[in-house]
Amino acid sequence: MSTTTPELHTHGGHEEGHNPYHQHHFATMEQQFDTAKIGIWSFLATEVLMFGGLFVGYGISQGKYPAEFVEAHAHLDWMMGALNTIVLLVSSWTMVMAVDAAKTNQRAKLKMYLLFTIACAFIFLIVKYFEYEHKWHEDLMPFKYYGTGETGIRPGDLMPGSHGYATFFSFYFMMTGLHGFHIIVGIVLLAWLYVKAGRDRFSSAYYTPVDLVGLYWHIVDMIWIYLFPLYYLIS
Amino acid sequence: MEPVLHSAPQVGHHPAPGKHYLNENTSLWDWITTVDHKRIGLMYLVGSLFFFMIGGLLALLLRLVLLTPQHTLFGITVDAEGYNRLFTLHGAIMVFLFIIPSIPGSLTNFVLPLMLGAKDVAFPKLNLASFYIYVVGAIMAVSSIYFGAIDTGWTFYTPYSSSSSSTSVAMMTMSVFVLGFSSILTGLNFVATVHKLRAPGMGWFDMPLFVWGMYSTAVIQILATPVLAITLVLLAIEKTFHIGIFDPKYGGDPVLFQHFFWFYSHPAVYIMILPGMAIISELIPTFSKKTIFGYRAIAYSSVSLALVSFIVWGHHMFVAGQSQLATVVFSALTFLVAIPSGVKVFNWLTTMYKGNIVLASPMLYALAFLILFAIGGLTGIFLGTLSTDIHLTDTYFVVAHFHYVMMGSTVTAFIGGLHYWWPKMTGRMYNEKLAKIAAVLWFIGFNATFLPQFIMGSQGMPRRYYNYLDQFQPFHAFSTFGSWIIGFSLFMTLAYLLASLRKPCDAPDDPWGGSTLEWRTSSPPITHNFHDQPVLEREPYDYRPGQSGRETH
Repeated sequence: MSTTTPELHTHGGHEEGHNPYHQHHFATMEQQFDTAKIGIWSFLATEVLMFGGLFVGYGISQGKYPAEFVEAHAHLDWMMGALNTIVLLVSSWTMVMAVDAAKTNQRAKLKMYLLFTIACAFIFLIVKYFEYEHKWHEDLMPFKYYGTGETGIRPGDLMPGSHGYATFFSFYFMMTGLHGFHIIVGIVLLAWLYVKAGRDRFSSAYYTPVDLVGLYWHIVDMIWIYLFPLYYLIS
Repeated sequence: MEPVLHSAPQVGHHPAPGKHYLNENTSLWDWITTVDHKRIGLMYLVGSLFFFMIGGLLALLLRLVLLTPQHTLFGITVDAEGYNRLFTLHGAIMVFLFIIPSIPGSLTNFVLPLMLGAKDVAFPKLNLASFYIYVVGAIMAVSSIYFGAIDTGWTFYTPYSSSSSSTSVAMMTMSVFVLGFSSILTGLNFVATVHKLRAPGMGWFDMPLFVWGMYSTAVIQILATPVLAITLVLLAIEKTFHIGIFDPKYGGDPVLFQHFFWFYSHPAVYIMILPGMAIISELIPTFSKKTIFGYRAIAYSSVSLALVSFIVWGHHMFVAGQSQLATVVFSALTFLVAIPSGVKVFNWLTTMYKGNIVLASPMLYALAFLILFAIGGLTGIFLGTLSTDIHLTDTYFVVAHFHYVMMGSTVTAFIGGLHYWWPKMTGRMYNEKLAKIAAVLWFIGFNATFLPQFIMGSQGMPRRYYNYLDQFQPFHAFSTFGSWIIGFSLFMTLAYLLASLRKPCDAPDDPWGGSTLEWRTSSPPITHNFHDQPVLEREPYDYRPGQSGRETH
C-alpha cells in the first residue's frame, strides 16, 4: 500500500524502523487509520443507499400489490431463510473475534476465525443456491409470467393476475442477488485477509484491512437481517 | 508580503533544483501508474476536455440542423431518429463524461490537497482507480454508439427505454453506472481528505471556500450516486431479462423510475453547480483584493444547498402523474433552493463592493458567471412554480434554463478556474489579451444562443423536436449563430492555452496575489507539493499587505 519513495525515507523525517505501512502523506499511523475509517464509513453509506433504493421500490410495490405479495411469499421457505440468518449472525461474531485477534497479535486465532467466517459465507451461498434452484423448478422466475402467444395474450405481455407475482419475484431476485454478490465479494476479501494473515502482515500496530473488511461484512449481514423478514415473514 | 508560513523542518522535501511534478519521472509508465493527485488531475483534465469537445461538436451539429426547418442542410440529412440519437449523445456525454467529472476530477484533484497544505489526497491509489474507472465508463459510452447509439434522451425514461427503444440502452446505462463509481470514489476521497489532511492550524472555518463547496459536492456524490447506480442496473436488467420493476408491461411502475432517477439526478445538478460556485468563491476575493464577505454564510450555504438538493426531486415530475399534494410540497420545497443561492450571490457582490477589482480573464468569467447564474436561477423559479411550469414543461424554456445553470454557470466557472490555476498547473502564463477577448465572446455567444430559446419556449416550441413551425425560424437562426460564436471562443481558448505550453516555465508562484495555500508553493509545484509542511497562521482571504494575522502577537 505504501507509496513512499527511497528519497522519502531519507528525508521523510520518520524515525528509523518506522511502520512499513505508514504512507508518506500521513503524519501519524493514527491519522492514517482514522482516514481509512472515514473512507470505509462513506463507502458503507453508499451501500446502504444503493440497497435503500431497492427497499423503497419494494415498499412501494408492496403497497400496490399487498395481496399478491403475501401469496407470493408463501413460495419462499422461511426455514431456509432463518437458517441463513443464523449462519450470518454467527459469521458476524466470528468476524468480530477475527478483528480482536488481529488487534491482540493472535495470528493463529485470526486465521481460524477468518476461516470460520469464510465457511459461514459458503454455507449461506449453498443454502441460497438450493432456494434459487427450487424457484426455478417451480416456474417462479419473473419472466415466467409472460404469455408465449399461445394463450391469446401477446408474447412478452404479462398474463392476467400475475402482475404482483412478477414484481415480487423481480425484487426478490434483484435484492437477494445483489446481496449474494456482496457475499461473494466478501469471500474474496476474507480470503485475501487469510493469505496476508498467513504472511504475518497484521499486528496490533497495523490491522486496518481486517477492521475495514469486518465493517463491510457487518453491513452485508445487516442488510440480510432486513431482507429476511421483508421476504420470508410477511403476512 | 511577509511569509505566512513557517517551516516544520522534520517533514521537509528537497528535490533537485528545477525539478517539479511535471518533469520528474516522465516515462509513460510513470504517468499511467502515478498516484500523484496533480498528475491524475491533469489526466482528468485532458479526458474531460476531450469529451467537452465531442459534446460541443455534437451541439454545433444539432444547432446546424435546427438552422432551418428542413432536414437537409449542406448535404447533411438528419431525420427524426438521427436527431434523437444526436441530442441524447450530446446530453449524456456532456452530463456524465464532462460536467460531473470535470471540476472534481481535474481542478479539484489538483488544487484541493494544495489548498489544505496536504501532500496528497487521502487515498492516492483509489484516486488513480477512479480515473481508470472513468476511462472504462467513457469507452463503454462511446462503444454504445457502435451498438446502435441511444435515442432515449439522457434521462432514460421507462417504458420507452426498457421496451420500445431498439438502441443500446443497456450499454449506455451500464456505462453511466461505471462512471458513477468513479464519481463516488472521487467524492469519498475528498471527504476523507478534508476531514483528516488539513494543515496544522487549519480548522474547518479556516479552509478556503472552494474546499467547502467541494466538500458539499462530495457528500452529494456519495449519497446520491448509489441510488442512480441501482436504478440503472435495474433498468439494464429489465431491458435484458424482462424483470418487472419499472415497465408496466411487466408489472412495474414507470413513475417509480422517474422518482429514482431524479432522486439522484436532481442532487446531480448540485454536483454540477456547487463546484462552479466553489471556484467563484475563490476568484471574486482574489480579483477584488478584498476579504470575502460572509465567509460562514457562504460555507453554510454550500452545505445547505447539498441538503436541500435531496428533497426537491419531485419538481421534475409535476406533469408525470404525481399526486397533487406531492407537487405542491415539492414546489414549495423547491423555492428553498433560492435562499442559499441568493446568500452566495449577495455575498459575492458585497465582496466586490469597494474592492480593488482587477479585470483579469478569470475575473471576467466570474462576472459572466454572476449574470448567467442569476438568469439561470431566476428562470428556475418560473419552473418551480406549478402554474407556469405546466405551460413551460418540455419546452425550450427548460432547455434554456438548464443550459444557463449547467453551461452558463458551471462551465463558465470551470473555464474561469482553468485560467486561474493554469499557471499553477502548467507553470506557464497564457496570452492574457486573447483570453479576455475569448471571455467576452463566450459571454456574448452564450446569451445569443440561449436567450432566444427562452422566448421560443414561452411561445410553445417543444424540446427534443427535430423540426419546427416557420414562426420559430428567426429564433432558431439567431440561436445557431450564437452557437458559432461559442464554438469560436472555445477553440480560441484551446489554441492560446496550448500555445502557452510551448514556452518555458514563466509563471510566478502567485501570479494573481491569491491568499490560499496553493499559491505558497512553486509553479508548477514539486512532486510532494510543499518543501516544508505548511502551517496556517492567518485567516483565509486576508489580502492586507504586511499583515500576517495571528503570528504577530
